[in-house]
Amino acid sequence: MFLQQIINGLTVGGVYALIALGYTMVYGILELINFAHGEIYMIGAYLGIIFLGIFTTAGLTQYSLPLSLFLTVVLSVLFCSAYGFTVEKLAYKPLRNAPRLNPLISAIGVSIFLQNYVMLTQGATDKVFPHVLPVTTIEFSGITMTSLQIIIIVVSLLLMAGLHLFIMKTRTGKAMRAVAQDKVMASLLGIDIDRIISVTFIIGSGLAAVAGLMVAMYYGLVNYSIGYIAGIKAFTAAVLGGIGSVPGAMIGGFVLGLIESLGAGYLSSEYKDAYAFIVLILILMVKPTGLLGKSEGHKP
Amino acid sequence: MLWCALLSMPFMGIKGGAYLFVGLCVTYSVFILLTHTFGKIRKPVIPANTTLLTVLLIIPAVAFPLLAGDYYTDVAVLAGIYIILALGVNVVIGFSGLLHLGFAAFYGLGAYSNALLTTVFGLGFWSALPLTLVLTSIAGFLLAFPALRLRGDYLAIVTLGFGEIIRLVLNNWDSVTRGPNGISNIPAPFIAGFELGGLIFYYYLVSGFVFIAAFVVKRVHRSRTGRAWLAIREDETAAEAMGINTRKYKFMALSFGAFWAGLAGALFASKMHFVSPESFTFMESVFIVCMIILGGIASVPGVIFGSLILVFLPEVLREFQLYRMLALGAGLVLMMIFRPEGLVKKGYKHDS
Amino acid sequence: MILEVRDLTKTFGGLKAIEEVSFRVRHGIILSIIGPNGAGKTTLFNCLTGILPPTKGRILFENEDISKKKAYEISAGGIARTFQNIRVFGSMSVLENVMIGQHSRSREGLFTAILGTGRFIREEDEIRSKALEYLEFAGIRDYADTLAENLPYGDRKRLEIARALAAEPRLLLLDEPAAGMNPQETLELMDLINRIREWGKTVIIIEHDMKVVMGISDWIIVLDHGVKIAEGTPGEIQNNPYVIEAYLGKEEVF
Repeated sequence: MFLQQIINGLTVGGVYALIALGYTMVYGILELINFAHGEIYMIGAYLGIIFLGIFTTAGLTQYSLPLSLFLTVVLSVLFCSAYGFTVEKLAYKPLRNAPRLNPLISAIGVSIFLQNYVMLTQGATDKVFPHVLPVTTIEFSGITMTSLQIIIIVVSLLLMAGLHLFIMKTRTGKAMRAVAQDKVMASLLGIDIDRIISVTFIIGSGLAAVAGLMVAMYYGLVNYSIGYIAGIKAFTAAVLGGIGSVPGAMIGGFVLGLIESLGAGYLSSEYKDAYAFIVLILILMVKPTGLLGKSEGHKP
Repeated sequence: MLWCALLSMPFMGIKGGAYLFVGLCVTYSVFILLTHTFGKIRKPVIPANTTLLTVLLIIPAVAFPLLAGDYYTDVAVLAGIYIILALGVNVVIGFSGLLHLGFAAFYGLGAYSNALLTTVFGLGFWSALPLTLVLTSIAGFLLAFPALRLRGDYLAIVTLGFGEIIRLVLNNWDSVTRGPNGISNIPAPFIAGFELGGLIFYYYLVSGFVFIAAFVVKRVHRSRTGRAWLAIREDETAAEAMGINTRKYKFMALSFGAFWAGLAGALFASKMHFVSPESFTFMESVFIVCMIILGGIASVPGVIFGSLILVFLPEVLREFQLYRMLALGAGLVLMMIFRPEGLVKKGYKHDS
Repeated sequence: MILEVRDLTKTFGGLKAIEEVSFRVRHGIILSIIGPNGAGKTTLFNCLTGILPPTKGRILFENEDISKKKAYEISAGGIARTFQNIRVFGSMSVLENVMIGQHSRSREGLFTAILGTGRFIREEDEIRSKALEYLEFAGIRDYADTLAENLPYGDRKRLEIARALAAEPRLLLLDEPAAGMNPQETLELMDLINRIREWGKTVIIIEHDMKVVMGISDWIIVLDHGVKIAEGTPGEIQNNPYVIEAYLGKEEVF
């Protein structure tokens, strides 16, 4: 029972962590809670279903399953990144110098818009993810684990490691860190801030797309409203780990996943969604900088 | 625009994407045209004599239910409830600059406490009302504890979480709230032994409260307390340095705002005779925020104007009901970019 | 003595912004605090006004220790200030800004305001007329109904002073009041500060403009890297070899 919940928690946690990365990177650079990020993840899930559907009708799935899956992932990621990029350009960039709350309200607007846009174009009912991937179940001393769960955990860990390397080693990654530290200084050093912000949104949205795809496969069902709750939870994960910190978001995601599945298993599953909020409120009250957050201090 | 159309293709199909492209082009040209014309007459006319204006507004307000049909009177009652709610939120967001995204919770608390006090405890509307108001004000006060420590956007997310927790409790605490089924058979108010359940009665009852709320909020706005709230919104440190106990005034703002939300909730429960958790979601909170942003944040006439528009417009344009939330979302973004100060008046700025 | 600072230290993390600074301020003088950028001058102001809690040391205002008090208590207790980067309440009118200054000198609350009691109305009138007086004093009464953010730069600085005066302080702290002003505005500012002193208030200013500092100060304190390196009359400071080396020597100030 306990181990079973741990496995479930890690699976969900990996998804939260992937979405949380998008929140934390954007917050690190723009100090904006990108409310629309959850919707990007939801769009990723829908895109997966749509593209896979197209490939199935075109007969590609029967011809080669791995190829069509690969194409689905690539296309979904590309489209999601494009969505993230566009949202930033249209809704946030014009507000870069506005009072702090304005971009936040704009982000809420984008979130409502995207949610209803998907609802109107794809319908309000649940969409089913085609069962294409053979799922094998592994049983090990009373614990069941599906191959999908293993895939989710492994893929999220790989992506996080990749992102970490990208931020630490590449030129663009270093520039991102510089911008997060001090925008004025970074621009004086010749870093193109707009480009870095775009890159941040593209990467964050791409990761969210992967998360969306995996969730669609895992639960088999997708709904236009999944983005909101997942977004809030991922944001909680980002705050839990210390917003602005990339390793923090990863740890926060897994910790939150564990809290949730253990809470659902041992306390009450009806309040499963409330745990994230309670955790969020407690952290913000006790240690607003999160587990790994840098202390920024209150600007007088 | 071509870009947006391309993006939408997986969702709308190739044909849909093409239509979207054409549609966007048309909207854009219309928009350019409009901004061109409106750019010149942008300065809003603020009536100099507000007392005169108020009196002028009272006459149609009194005559409204006699002239309009039942349907529009019904909508007007709802609009009135939203005005009270929005005025309360305006104290917190507009005056004090605390972006509160969980106001539906106070609204819900007001509605549920009215529902429970009248159905389970058998109190009348009028004896339940003061208890409800005290209860929601205390809830507002309690929420201020976590809220005080947090800056703008963190506050937003915590209040959002608070709102969701309240909704989940309402939804799951079956023994008291009857869960998703809600509470029905909430009695109408009595006055001097007469049950007053008619639509017209609700119209005048709600209008009366709207008038009181607008009057009180306006009074407070122009007082020492109101100035202290505005100062906190503008610059918390400077406000503190000018001798304002920012903690105390944030507590006051949250309780005072919650008070009005509680009143709106009680009226809502009594009008509908039914409450369920579905009426108090996050979208409801956002909807209220939209009202005060649309009309002009921190301005009492603006808030009233915004609430009226947002309640009446979807009713008038029934066939576009589906697109209501879509337009709301896009509207929020456009307002922030092109007219963050609202349609009616100047006056909102936060620390930067 | 209106103010006495004893061994005041403020550290941020490991960084010492102010180190063991002590000084005393006589009643009714104009004291200038000078020093290169990053010397800890504004941090000192923030500690004096309770915006930052001091790490160590005592601050005695009229023989009462205020080092643990909150900013609003200190303001109510008789110390008001302006900020280096102007912090007027931008979207409120000039008059309202000054009326906020009267906050701790008035007391009507929520309920009397709602009821509109006579006492409330009288107090509002009084706050308004006093605020207008302070605007008059600062020479910006004509702008009473203008939005503060629409004021020209120099007038915003005057507004901040008027707002601080409206708190009826006995000690006024001005953080770089002359920064960014043209020579004419600077002269008017010096006159304004002198008039504030004639009114019986004690003034401490942080200032880089040496014409202002030497022109109006009764006493000068020099800070460098968070340490007090000298104090004295303007004449003494101008001839102090440490000051010349640490501060005046590096920059072309005269």
